[in-house]
Amino acid sequence: MLRLNLILMILALASAIGTVASNHRARKMYAEIEHEQARMRDLEVEWGQLQLEQSTWAGHARVEQIARNKLHMKSPGPGQVMTIDAAKP
Amino acid sequence: MKFSHSPLLSQALPAWRSRLMLLGLLTCFVTLIGWSLYLQVFNSTFLQEKGASRYSRVVELSATRGRIMDRHGDVLAVSTPVKSIWAIPEDAKLQPAQARGLAGLLEMDVRELNRKLASERDFVYLKRQIAPEVADKIATLNLPGIHDQREYRRYYPSAEVTAHMLGFTGAEDIGQEGVELAFQGTLAGKPGSRRVIKDRRGQIVEDVESIKAPLEGKDVMLALDAKIQYLAYSNLRQALADNKAKAGGIVVLDAKTGEVLALVNLPTYNPNNRVRLVGAQLRNRALTDTYEPGSTMKPFTAALALEKGKFRYDTLIQTAPGTLTIGTATIHDAHMHGLLTVAQVIQKSSNVGAAKMALTFPPEEMWTMFDNLGFGTPLKLGFPGEVGGRLRPAKSWRPIEQATMAYGHGISVTLIQLAHAYLAFARDGDLVPLSLTRMDTPPITGKPVFSAQTAHEVRAMLELAVLPGGTAPKAQVAGYRVAGKTGTAHKLDGGAYANKYVASFVGFAPASDPRLVVAVMIDEPGTGVYYGGDVAAPVFSRVMAGSLRALGVAPDAATRTLPAAKEDEAPVRESM
Repeated sequence: MLRLNLILMILALASAIGTVASNHRARKMYAEIEHEQARMRDLEVEWGQLQLEQSTWAGHARVEQIARNKLHMKSPGPGQVMTIDAAKP
Repeated sequence: MKFSHSPLLSQALPAWRSRLMLLGLLTCFVTLIGWSLYLQVFNSTFLQEKGASRYSRVVELSATRGRIMDRHGDVLAVSTPVKSIWAIPEDAKLQPAQARGLAGLLEMDVRELNRKLASERDFVYLKRQIAPEVADKIATLNLPGIHDQREYRRYYPSAEVTAHMLGFTGAEDIGQEGVELAFQGTLAGKPGSRRVIKDRRGQIVEDVESIKAPLEGKDVMLALDAKIQYLAYSNLRQALADNKAKAGGIVVLDAKTGEVLALVNLPTYNPNNRVRLVGAQLRNRALTDTYEPGSTMKPFTAALALEKGKFRYDTLIQTAPGTLTIGTATIHDAHMHGLLTVAQVIQKSSNVGAAKMALTFPPEEMWTMFDNLGFGTPLKLGFPGEVGGRLRPAKSWRPIEQATMAYGHGISVTLIQLAHAYLAFARDGDLVPLSLTRMDTPPITGKPVFSAQTAHEVRAMLELAVLPGGTAPKAQVAGYRVAGKTGTAHKLDGGAYANKYVASFVGFAPASDPRLVVAVMIDEPGTGVYYGGDVAAPVFSRVMAGSLRALGVAPDAATRTLPAAKEDEAPVRESM
């Protein structure tokens, strides 16, 4: 009788410690996922800002200005354009 | 020693002592039971709430507003988080040095800051929408009573160029104008919230429940082509400067799908910095301002004449002596042309010719055509302040009014309505509704207004108008066949026609299989040159040429050098 009680008590104790440990692990992992989610949001924000930056740098006004003034490019004249029909071999 | 042998037992203590003891213990138990009953049953909700408030928190989940992109996916508007700094004035007792530091970071005057902090209210915004880095610096100052709050700010990388198309949002991220307002329901995100358990260090350790899932705003992909939009914007700005004009607008439509590829109004504004805005800048003229279109209406009169079988392409109309008197009013032509075919009436833009055609049909027929073309009713694109223009019921038309309407006076339209109506000529006589968003499956046929044959014949007439001998040789585009019509209209000023003009040009290309409709309107050119063919047609030509190239449309005309306008030949002027 005494032995059975002792075994049951040890089992109960082990289960209690297990619960505590797994709970702790769950919380730790939750904190981790939380951290990763925050990182995801930050990266999304950064992506938006980079898109914004790209749009600003690649703005048509800026491209045109650089093409004309820095690279001295100009639109081709009427005689300088050749059209190739892709459908014909 | 056994208990029963204890010497204490042999002493006969009075029985009341043990009873008193028992009573004392009993009272203790009753109190305990009562107290636990009080806590567990009667007061449990309150206590549980108190307990939960120690560890449980409701966390706001923010949702970002969707982006607006052009048809190629280039970002036109995006929200990015910023911080707003707010204070509880009662708690914010700052040392002068602290106040100076804060004011410096906020880029505001110390006196203004102190004035805000002296406020009677419980909550004041010190500054809204500042860069997150600045807010972090303020947070490290650790000032009492100063807090920050995450907000979103909308940025528009193309700034002035797309201002009227996109509109803007207010401080609360709610659309106020343009697409931002028209698509508010799609773009707006709905913030959610969830309940979590936080530990002593403020870290979330457990997710209890989701109270409301956040709903991210959806992206909107517009039909707009950023390249064409920029082309239209830069050319219109140049034209306004060259002609010292008051305002202007350009609309570019895809003739195949009815998509709005560009919409520009000037004057404009920078939506990223909206201080000192005036109403004139905000006006989305192409949609909200009506004007008398003038000669750009004549092709519709000709189309109706062809449609009803009363005239043919080459029916002769006598326009001599260049005037036509109806009742007490007289219609004039700028030049005397004599005998003209219907095609030449359009080519030379003769008022008398158009009026004579118009007077052959009953007002109801003309009204029905105008109504079918969408005049008089707003396009319902969802923009604020969209108007339908003025189209009075046919019953009230007098003959002189019917005659003037034939050449675009006594009727008023918006630029986008006019561009939309020209779709009927650019297509095979049918009208598709306009679309602000990109369409992957465009409608194949729309509402028929004219027969395909009529549309083709009018198209041929409009081609004549841009050839030498027409009113707008300057609208030509090298390599492409262009069709279009000039308009030069007197402006109504307080009910009377003043010496102010609206120069316009509406046309499409390539004429063999129209792909684009471009409408240009220039309000009050101030250099003395005000004819649509001189002011608006060159803008049309440049925008059309650039747009066709941007879209890679194959040329349909032999590449040739433009026939230079002969100096000695007087240009053909349209009549007003």
